[in-house]
Amino acid sequence: MGILNRRFALPLLLFLVGAAGKLTRAGDEEVARLVERIRAVAAEGRGNVEASAASQRLARLGPDALPEVLVALEGADPIASNWLRAAVDTIAERSLAQGKALPRTKLETFVLDRRHSGRVRRLAYEWLARADPSAPERLIPGMLTDPAAELRRDAVARELRVAQKLLDEGKGPEALVAYRKLFPFSRDEDQVKQIATVLEKQGEPVDLTRHFGFIQQWRLIGPFDNTDKKGYDFAYPPEKEVDFTGEYKGKGSTVGWLEHVTTDLYGVVNFNKVLGKNKSAVAYAVAEIESEVERPVHIRASSHNAVKIWLNGELLFTCNAYHRGIRMDQYQTRGTLRAGRNAIRVKVCEDAQPESWAQEWMFQLRVCDETGGGLR
Amino acid sequence: MNWPVVLVVVLLSTACASAGDWPQWRGIHGSGVASDVKLPERWSATENIRWKVSLPGRGVSGPVVVDDRVYLTASSAFRSERLHVLSFDLGSGRLLWERQLWATNSTQCHEKTCPAAPTPVTDGERVVALFGTFDLVCFDRSGTLLWYRSLGRDYPDVNNQVGFATSPILWEDGLFVALETESEAFLLAIDKRTGLNRWKTPRPKTLTWATPLVLQSPDGVELVLQSLFGLSAYDPVTGAVRWEYDGKIDSIPSPVSSGGAVFAGGPMHAVEPGAPERPAKLRWKSQQLSASTASPLVYRGRVYGVNSAGVLACGNVADGSVLWKERLEGPFSASPVAGDGKLYYVNETGLTTVVNTEGSERIIATNNLGETLLASPAIAGGALLLRSDRHLFCIGSRADEKR
Repeated sequence: MGILNRRFALPLLLFLVGAAGKLTRAGDEEVARLVERIRAVAAEGRGNVEASAASQRLARLGPDALPEVLVALEGADPIASNWLRAAVDTIAERSLAQGKALPRTKLETFVLDRRHSGRVRRLAYEWLARADPSAPERLIPGMLTDPAAELRRDAVARELRVAQKLLDEGKGPEALVAYRKLFPFSRDEDQVKQIATVLEKQGEPVDLTRHFGFIQQWRLIGPFDNTDKKGYDFAYPPEKEVDFTGEYKGKGSTVGWLEHVTTDLYGVVNFNKVLGKNKSAVAYAVAEIESEVERPVHIRASSHNAVKIWLNGELLFTCNAYHRGIRMDQYQTRGTLRAGRNAIRVKVCEDAQPESWAQEWMFQLRVCDETGGGLR
Repeated sequence: MNWPVVLVVVLLSTACASAGDWPQWRGIHGSGVASDVKLPERWSATENIRWKVSLPGRGVSGPVVVDDRVYLTASSAFRSERLHVLSFDLGSGRLLWERQLWATNSTQCHEKTCPAAPTPVTDGERVVALFGTFDLVCFDRSGTLLWYRSLGRDYPDVNNQVGFATSPILWEDGLFVALETESEAFLLAIDKRTGLNRWKTPRPKTLTWATPLVLQSPDGVELVLQSLFGLSAYDPVTGAVRWEYDGKIDSIPSPVSSGGAVFAGGPMHAVEPGAPERPAKLRWKSQQLSASTASPLVYRGRVYGVNSAGVLACGNVADGSVLWKERLEGPFSASPVAGDGKLYYVNETGLTTVVNTEGSERIIATNNLGETLLASPAIAGGALLLRSDRHLFCIGSRADEKR
């Protein structure tokens, strides 16, 4: 390099670094501005026009914008999340089609950081796997305890294949060990059942109720009146006080608390069986659970009926809808258990609809950690 | 306005679809009828397959096609919470783009169905997809998001625990979505360019799966909706009710129109549209020409209905007289389509009965793909597009063999 070139080399390098820095900052600022417009979308499409322009601009950015858009997905409401997710998919897909490299290292760092939202990590993982086909085999085995449901599911599925292969090869004892080790990590009902079936066939007892965290022991009271569905918003005495010796004016007669332990493995409490068949009726269920420490929990419930859920007197969840069927983990909410005794109260309202498919009056509820595992 | 003028106006204004396209559920005007010729008669899982692609998820939704682009939806994952919109090249089956959404409402439904039940709709410039979770999304033809709505969050009382399946339709700049459930029911008009509401009008609160019909009547274009309680026609610009026909029909099959009448089943009703000052009139009604889950079909002057027992009945559109009956192998979730003198009835196991509408030999062939198939087919590019739980099939002779 000649003297002249050396004289200009350092300033040129400093200029380029500075320019690159400015470009990066300008890019970041643009992404932030576009994301802000998208996150402003509101009910009934309000903000759509601005969000659409921002989304189309975002989709034209290169792959370097991906990490920032992924971060922007954190905490976005479900509507803005779908706008932003489309931008991620569009940028990534078009970048790969144009032969541009995705920022693999940053994507992998994002995937492995369990502080990020599980489904956003999963989104990043899928694009990483497209850009780097070795990623699944490298990352998935370490995700058996992952809070991201779909990453954990893949890890469990991988181990299930290993266990099944052992079984198929006639290596029963090794397979049994593999299934036994895997069971505590499983969360999705189909995988849990698949493992439990094998273990039970081999004579190993499996406690599904405890694994999922379903509550079986309740105190119940009812029926109260729900004519014209007005009972849903009316606070009957069990909403105001918890006195298990109390008796109150119910629908047609005086009602008091009953102790009830459901034998259903999935914790289903059927009021029609316990309180008698009623229509236009309200019932309450209260369960007490102990916790050694204060801890955040997921409360997951299901019901055909309109429901409200309280934890230690705080209303956590409401759903004023009837006959929506019942499916495990239909409704999910979060709360915090305090150290010591905690009370969960559930209000379950049945309406007057006469059809045969509208007669169910029941609920199930489980308390679990963020991954859906019963509390330990 | 006289009929020919109305026909021209509607043909020009209903999206930009042209003959050979299939822009919405059951094709142009939701008729189920294509103008394509030399359509396939015989195929199997390995024969006469122009192309076949694996899908990322299940779907009861059918494919739509404009300008050689196929659009399709799917849902996947443990709880079907991933919603997919896909675009393929009609000629080769190559995936052009795929986008996903996260379901913003419950995916709970009968195990037979899934959130990807409504068929998308396209005008060639954009594709609009609605899911059973009431997520509604619009992409341009290259897959760029134009707008998105969560109708379930906008209207939280809407709920179909069996599984929502009504498809959206387009007319001019309007997108029309009928959300008809027991807890909330309405017809919503949305600006297809922005996703913003234009009008919203109440509907009977009952579970309904029928897709609205764009009807070309002498008084202008109307949206005809079918429910358990009959037919209702709405002005697509204002949402005002133009006429109603009271009569117990059914909530699953969708109406079709032909020759100045609307044909709607369960028991087949041929109804002459009314007007604000003129009541709709029942031309004829027939229990023998019944349509069950599969919608009726009107083709070349005849009306066809297949009942829950799989009996296909052919009737005269003028008076409803039954011309012949034939027992097919059902059951049918998909609605039939027609073209090139043939009817295609696809049953739930993937077996298609090809029915001859012209000659004395009624059944031309039965063709088995051997996969669960609930989606109504599409006809485009001289081929039949069939969507199973796992694959999208393009059935027909290869492009280089086309005459």
